[in-house]
Amino acid sequence: MSDMQDYNSSLGDAASRKFETFSYLPSMDADQIRAQIEYIVSKGWNPSVEHTEPQNAGGSYWYMWKLPMFGETDVDAILAECEACKKAHPGNHVRLLGLDNFAQCAGASMVIFRGEAV
Amino acid sequence: MAKKYDAGVKEYRETYWMPEYTPKETDLLACFKVTPQEGVPREEVAAAVAAESSTGTWTTVWTDLLTDLDHYKGRAYAIEDVPGDDTCFYAFIAYPIDLFEEGSVVNVLTSLVGNVFGFKALRALRLEDIRFPVAYVMTCNGPPQGIQVERDIMNKYGRPMLGCTIKPKLGLSAKNYGRACYEGLRGGLDFTKDDENVNSQPFMRWRHRFDFVMEAIQKAEAETGERKGHYLNVTAPTSDQMMERAEYAKEIGAPIIMHDYLTGGLSANTQLAQWCQDNGMLLHIHRAMHAVLDRNPHHGIHFRVLTKVLRLSGGDHLHSGTVVGKLEGDRDATLGWIDIMRDSYVKEDRSRGIFFDQDWGSMPGVIPVASGGIHVWHMPALVSIFGDDSVLQFGGGTLGHPWGNAAGAAANRVAVEACVEARNMGRELEKEGKDILTNAAKSSPELKAAMETWKEIKFEFDTVDKLDVSHK
Repeated sequence: MSDMQDYNSSLGDAASRKFETFSYLPSMDADQIRAQIEYIVSKGWNPSVEHTEPQNAGGSYWYMWKLPMFGETDVDAILAECEACKKAHPGNHVRLLGLDNFAQCAGASMVIFRGEAV
Repeated sequence: MAKKYDAGVKEYRETYWMPEYTPKETDLLACFKVTPQEGVPREEVAAAVAAESSTGTWTTVWTDLLTDLDHYKGRAYAIEDVPGDDTCFYAFIAYPIDLFEEGSVVNVLTSLVGNVFGFKALRALRLEDIRFPVAYVMTCNGPPQGIQVERDIMNKYGRPMLGCTIKPKLGLSAKNYGRACYEGLRGGLDFTKDDENVNSQPFMRWRHRFDFVMEAIQKAEAETGERKGHYLNVTAPTSDQMMERAEYAKEIGAPIIMHDYLTGGLSANTQLAQWCQDNGMLLHIHRAMHAVLDRNPHHGIHFRVLTKVLRLSGGDHLHSGTVVGKLEGDRDATLGWIDIMRDSYVKEDRSRGIFFDQDWGSMPGVIPVASGGIHVWHMPALVSIFGDDSVLQFGGGTLGHPWGNAAGAAANRVAVEACVEARNMGRELEKEGKDILTNAAKSSPELKAAMETWKEIKFEFDTVDKLDVSHK
């Protein structure tokens, strides 16, 4: 049993709370975020930024940061909005979505800046 | 001019072989692989199949003349060689849409795979494909929710979903069974699943199972902050009992239920799917008995037909085979029926075994479920083959983790996310899979342990049912 590890997760530990896609990986660095933005742009999806208090992450509706960036393909411009949202809401989760208007569904959705677990 | 009655046996081809016929857009088209008895001409056999699966019987009857048989008969309109197999040929048959009750795949199958399959002039017969005219498609209810709605209900975007079938498949008590579900869900799975054999046996009656599993879902949701489900199998001896179980699942707040559409029957399945649509429930479909029907290359019903039948009858998930796991499934053929499940328009593509264009109109898609003998090492190939709109289901590959289900689930979750992230970055998963997983395992001891446990397991048998695309 000595080399068996306990699975460390509990109701009492806020760090156990996840937030869907990529939340089981280490947080993304700047290059990784950029690559994911490039992917969203390459798919022809509309980038969108949303944020929420970490304790409310389970709901369908987070706060939109401005409006979705319809037709925006400039990776730097998209990144700048992500950063601006993070700066305005430093304790919150900030997620990036790629909205596929043909499927009328998010093709991608990922938290790129993680708020503090509470 | 009116016809005269002439009693006796006529050759089928006089009435049912029409090579000059151009199928109408509203015709239902079928492709059969026909293995005739020796000495019977192809045209006669093809015409016999058309006749016996539509209006014909073995002799002329006077009541034929009370109707306009030319309006109702099936027509054999083409014959083709089967590449690499001289024992059989393809017969293409067009059926007028009036032959079939609206919204009833039951009725379509009763005609197309009814008496004709026992016909003495045939040694074997296989229904390879059906083109359902969009006019008929639109009379069917189809999947209760569809892919996008399921994503919105479950809050899962931009990646395949993860499931796990609870094992041992039979013999656990309801409380122990709920424990196995809870451990998998808290570790990062989106779904756990009743095994198809689990209905309501003496060792675990359905209502206890539903109650304990629901507690497991709720605790795992509170703990992880993510939405979770378990496919509660409502397959039952009668459709009344099936509906009773479905109603109870809804009452306790379960998001998804499950049915076995072939053993449970297509009428029951269609009824349940319509109820699910009306009640906002997702419906997972198992396919027990399919291999009895679809595995023999010369006789039976091809799985692509069973796939179309399910999409019309209704289901949000359907098992598709894994290509890479322990169960039969040729890669190109599997890609063909995955398209049939998900896409709104599927083009004829013989290299994938698809004989007809198929327009699905506004009917939602079905999510393919890859399940059976897969583990973390298969993850790069699975993500590459199935893409995001899929459920990847690891039974032994979750529960068999040396540290238990939660760790097994976490290993799979880390692996799928690492593969999706790498794919999005433009990396080739099937080439660089080992690197991607090894790198992800640096921050996940659970994944590292899983990779050490399953590295050597392989299932490498040749496929029995191959596509007839090239001469052998």
